[in-house]
Amino acid sequence: MKVSYYPGCSLHSTGLEYGESTQEVCKILGIELNELSDWNCCGASSAHCTDEVLAIELATRNLVMAEEAGLDLVIPCAACFQRFKVAEKHITEGKEPAIKTPYQGKVPIKHLLDFLVEEENLKVIKEKIKKPLNGLKAVCYYGCLITRPPKVTDAKHYENPQAMDELLSLLGVEVYPWSYKTDCCGGSLMLSRPDIVAQLSGKLIQMAEDAGVDCVATACPLCQANLDTKQAAISKNLGREVRFPTFYFTELLGLALGSGEADKWLRRHIVDPRDLLKSKGLL
Amino acid sequence: MQSESVIVPDNAWLAEVRNSSGENASLCYQCKTCSSGCPVAFAMDLLPHQIIHMIRMGLKDAVLKSSSIWLCVSCEACTTRCPNDIDVAKIIDALRMASTKSGLKLGEKKPSVFHDSVLSSIKKTGRLYELGMIGIYTLKSGDMVSNIKSGSLLEDAKVGWKMFKNGKLKLIPKRIKGRKEIKNLFKKLKRGESA
Repeated sequence: MKVSYYPGCSLHSTGLEYGESTQEVCKILGIELNELSDWNCCGASSAHCTDEVLAIELATRNLVMAEEAGLDLVIPCAACFQRFKVAEKHITEGKEPAIKTPYQGKVPIKHLLDFLVEEENLKVIKEKIKKPLNGLKAVCYYGCLITRPPKVTDAKHYENPQAMDELLSLLGVEVYPWSYKTDCCGGSLMLSRPDIVAQLSGKLIQMAEDAGVDCVATACPLCQANLDTKQAAISKNLGREVRFPTFYFTELLGLALGSGEADKWLRRHIVDPRDLLKSKGLL
Repeated sequence: MQSESVIVPDNAWLAEVRNSSGENASLCYQCKTCSSGCPVAFAMDLLPHQIIHMIRMGLKDAVLKSSSIWLCVSCEACTTRCPNDIDVAKIIDALRMASTKSGLKLGEKKPSVFHDSVLSSIKKTGRLYELGMIGIYTLKSGDMVSNIKSGSLLEDAKVGWKMFKNGKLKLIPKRIKGRKEIKNLFKKLKRGESA
C-alpha cells in the first residue's frame, strides 16, 4: 500500500523518534510512505492566531501537492492534521474569505493513528506481532486536535476516542480507562507560559499515576514533548520526584512488531523509558 | 462625556466580531459550558463565557486588553461542546488579531511574541527551525533575564542540551525550494490583503 506522508516540522526535530518509529513501523507493515517532496510548515498554533488566510494557505500548499500525488495523505502530528482538515473544510464548504487555490478537496486526510486502525492495516498488524507487550499497563492520551472539533476532524468518538485503546490492546498492552484522554497538555504555551504547561501536564501525569499504570502513550509530538520535558517543574510543584515514562504509540507498535531499532528511539526521551521495559522483560 | 471612570460601550463591536470571526455571539445563553471545560480557565482574567457576553455589551477595550485571549491554547473544547454551536475558539482567534491591530497594551505579551517568532522562522525557510525560533523568542520576550533570575534557565538548559545531544534540535535549518511562494503568502499579509 502506498500513501502520501506529511511528517511536519516536529518529526524532523523535537519529535524525531516519532518520525523514526513511524517510518520503521510502516516499513514492517509494507506501507510505503511517500513524503511530500517540498512540504512546508502548516503554520501550527501560530498562523491561525495571526491571520486566517495565511493559516489556510500554508496548509493548502501541501494539500495541492498531495492532490497531485493522488494518494491518501497520512499525518502523524495532531496539530498538522487538524490544520489540514480546517483548510479542507474552509475550501470545500466555500467559507469566507475565499481562497484562490487549485485544491479540490479530493485528498483523504488521515491522522496516522486512525489510518493504522483501519481494518486492513489492523489485520496486517495482528499477523506481524512478534513480541506481545504483555504486562505493560498504559493509559492512552489523545490530546486535543486529533478529535476536536468533530465538525472539522470528522471524529466519531471525540470525547472518548477508542483508536489507540484498540491498537494497544491488540499488542497485548493492558490499557486502563481514565478520564483525561482528551484533556489539554498546555500545547503551544510551552515556552511562553511554562508554568501553565507544568500545571496541566502535571495533572495528566498525576491522573495516570492514580489510574495505576506504568506509562502514558501519546499520538502527538507536542503532547509527548510537554509530558516528557516538563517533569522537573512538575516535580517541583508536587514536592516529590516524578519520572513517569511516556511513549509514542508507534514506539510501542514497533517494539511489538519486533523492530530492532526501539532502543534508538527510546534513548532520545528526557525521561528514559527503557528501564520500565527492561523490568517487564520487553527490551 | 467620557472620563476614566465611565465605560463607553462600542455598540458596533458585536457586528465587527461577527464579521471578522464569522460567528454570532448573540446565540450564547450563558450556560458556561465553555468556561467549565476550559483547561486554562484557572489562569484567565476573563472566562470564555464572560468574553462572549462582553462582546455583546460592546466592552471592546476590556476584552482586547485581557490576558485570556492570549492564554487560550486553542484546544477547541469550548467549540466542540457549545450547545449553540458557537465556534468560541474561532472568536478568540479573531480577538487576538484585533488585539494586535488595536495598538492596546497586550494583557499577556509572551504568547504573542512566541507566535511572531514561529512565523518569522517559517517565513524565512518554509519550515519551523526550532533553535532559531527559540533564540528569537528568548531575546524578544525578555525570558533570558527572567529565567536567569528565577533559576529556571539552568533547568531549561539541561533539557535543551539533552535534546540537542539526542539529535532533536538541529543546528542547520532546512530550507524548502518553494521559499519564494511562502514569502509571497506572508507579503500579502503585510499589505493587508488578508482578513
